[in-house]
Amino acid sequence: MFLKFLLRRLLYVIPMLLITTLIVFSLILLIPGDPVLAMLGDSATHEKVEELRRQLGLDQPVMLQYFHWLNNAIHGDLGRSIFTGQLVDEALMQTLFVTMQLVVVGMIFSIVGGLFFAITSIYFPNSWMDYVARFFGTLGTAIPNFLVAMVLIIFFSLKLNWVPATGFTSIVHEPVSFLQQIILPGFSLSLAGIAVITRHLRSSLMETMDADYVRTAYSKGVSRYQAIFKHSLQNAMLPVVTTIGLLFGTMLGATVVVETIFAIPGMGQLVVNAIGQRDFTIVQGVVLVMIVMVIVINFITDIVYALLDPRIEY
Amino acid sequence: MNTETLLKVNHLKAYIPSSKGEIKPVNDISFSIKKGEIVALVGESGSGKSVSSLSIMGLNAGAIKYRPDSSILFEGQDLLKLKEKELRKIRGNDIAMIFQDPMSSLNPVHPIGRQIAESIVLHKKVSYKEAKKTALDLLNKVGIPDAERRLNDYPHQLSGGMRQRAMIAIALACNPKLLIADEPTTALDVTIQSQILNLLRDLQKEFGISILLITHDLGVVAETADRVLVMYCGQIVEEGTVEEIFENPQHPYTKGLMDSIPSLYGPSKEILDAIPGVVPNPLELPNGCNFVTRCAFATEKCYEVSPVLEKHSSGTRVSCWNPLTKEALSENDRESAVIVT
Repeated sequence: MFLKFLLRRLLYVIPMLLITTLIVFSLILLIPGDPVLAMLGDSATHEKVEELRRQLGLDQPVMLQYFHWLNNAIHGDLGRSIFTGQLVDEALMQTLFVTMQLVVVGMIFSIVGGLFFAITSIYFPNSWMDYVARFFGTLGTAIPNFLVAMVLIIFFSLKLNWVPATGFTSIVHEPVSFLQQIILPGFSLSLAGIAVITRHLRSSLMETMDADYVRTAYSKGVSRYQAIFKHSLQNAMLPVVTTIGLLFGTMLGATVVVETIFAIPGMGQLVVNAIGQRDFTIVQGVVLVMIVMVIVINFITDIVYALLDPRIEY
Repeated sequence: MNTETLLKVNHLKAYIPSSKGEIKPVNDISFSIKKGEIVALVGESGSGKSVSSLSIMGLNAGAIKYRPDSSILFEGQDLLKLKEKELRKIRGNDIAMIFQDPMSSLNPVHPIGRQIAESIVLHKKVSYKEAKKTALDLLNKVGIPDAERRLNDYPHQLSGGMRQRAMIAIALACNPKLLIADEPTTALDVTIQSQILNLLRDLQKEFGISILLITHDLGVVAETADRVLVMYCGQIVEEGTVEEIFENPQHPYTKGLMDSIPSLYGPSKEILDAIPGVVPNPLELPNGCNFVTRCAFATEKCYEVSPVLEKHSSGTRVSCWNPLTKEALSENDRESAVIVT
């Protein structure tokens, strides 16, 4: 049963990948600018430009270019960067791990923070904790992450000098400096996530705390604490799991800004530079990886959903 | 029957302060339940029967307050004065409750075995494994076939009747002395209804527990209860044994409730006799008797002075200035050409 679900799920992925890569391919062509001109500079002669264009296969019709790229991609060859000649999969491997570390930290902050604020707000209704949680829930969605990032840098790096303003060390090399450097970008990335989870889980908890089965639990003699953690929370988490899954995609997109501000050599920065240089192959590669990641996360979301809710069967 | 009193509710007054005035969902009711007795609390929606029962459990919403002279004595202990922590030891252990809708009253994400065992582990010093064993016994006792397998089933895998049986198993988990059943059959099919009522009666006989049965269905009352309390607008308007109430309802409201039951015997009525009018707005209760606006027998006195619950000749208590007598009843029936069996 589960295997069937898995296979069906994988079948969905194929058209999804085709459509998204085609869209991205056409979008890049719509942006003004030419990778060849970017490489050779404005003073290049017409012949030289034409020659390089032929070399890179850019003189062929767009659809043909796309199918060419697709054919290679299916065979595991994502091509080389138009600009630097580096293998695309190599560039992706280097940056993907960095971005994943950032996103995982951002997700952990969001989930832990969101759960904490939502539960304390429900446990102590109308207390100052509740008001802080509600205020934070609105504030977090209203403030853009680049602003948070800059305020954090000014305060914690420049004024207090607690953590470095920019840079990145991988967790496998030096965990301590990884932690020091990831705190600010991780927090700026997760502020919106904390707010969204707080708000969604809080309202969901409010509903389940009034549910008949929670009243049944009280009639058995459970405490408020047990009512929340044993009876209410698991039910309240059901809709929030979807939110958390969606959050992952949003956060992946937000890394583009956050990585740029904190000078983190991740996929976000890679794609920003590639777009500037009209480096199609890199952009395509990054988009491909991001889509695959979002699809994987959606898949994990479905599995978590089934684990939390026995009524769901595949 | 044992005559020892298990629960004694004295002048229970619950009120909700609001900006438009005070709402009194329960306005001075007193009654008691003896050991091993099944008492039915009957009334329309909004008559205060659920608030009364939840007061006993201490589970009313925070907005509902009690007057200081109210008391609910359970084995001599005033439940209204107990701290939350002490109440928790009584809930599910000495007093258990089953609810109206078994669809929504069981936690959808836990297997029913676990939901029964939870109650046992909370109150008895036993391991979870032992509690599971007791849960299995309980499922057998409430008549769930193939109980061993059902233990690990989730509520959505059970039918409505089975779920209510599982609810009863949860309530019985710690051998409670008092079981409050809040409309236990309202959400069920008629055939399942009588099965559940039979089950409740059998369990009452077997374990000698007292049951407070809350319902708006007089059919349920006739089938199950020993004694009846009729509630209207937060007050008890009539009290008596089932026989007394059914043979000779003295309050016009009780009579009205009886008349609105379709009869299986005698000539069938084309239109059921409904009580005219609606329950008054709790913020604009009439001056005298609460029922005065809907009563066919109202006199001037009824509009001015509230009647009190008084013991009448037959031994029942009724709160009415002009209680109906048997003779008046039959005369009245002849007039309206309606035969009530």
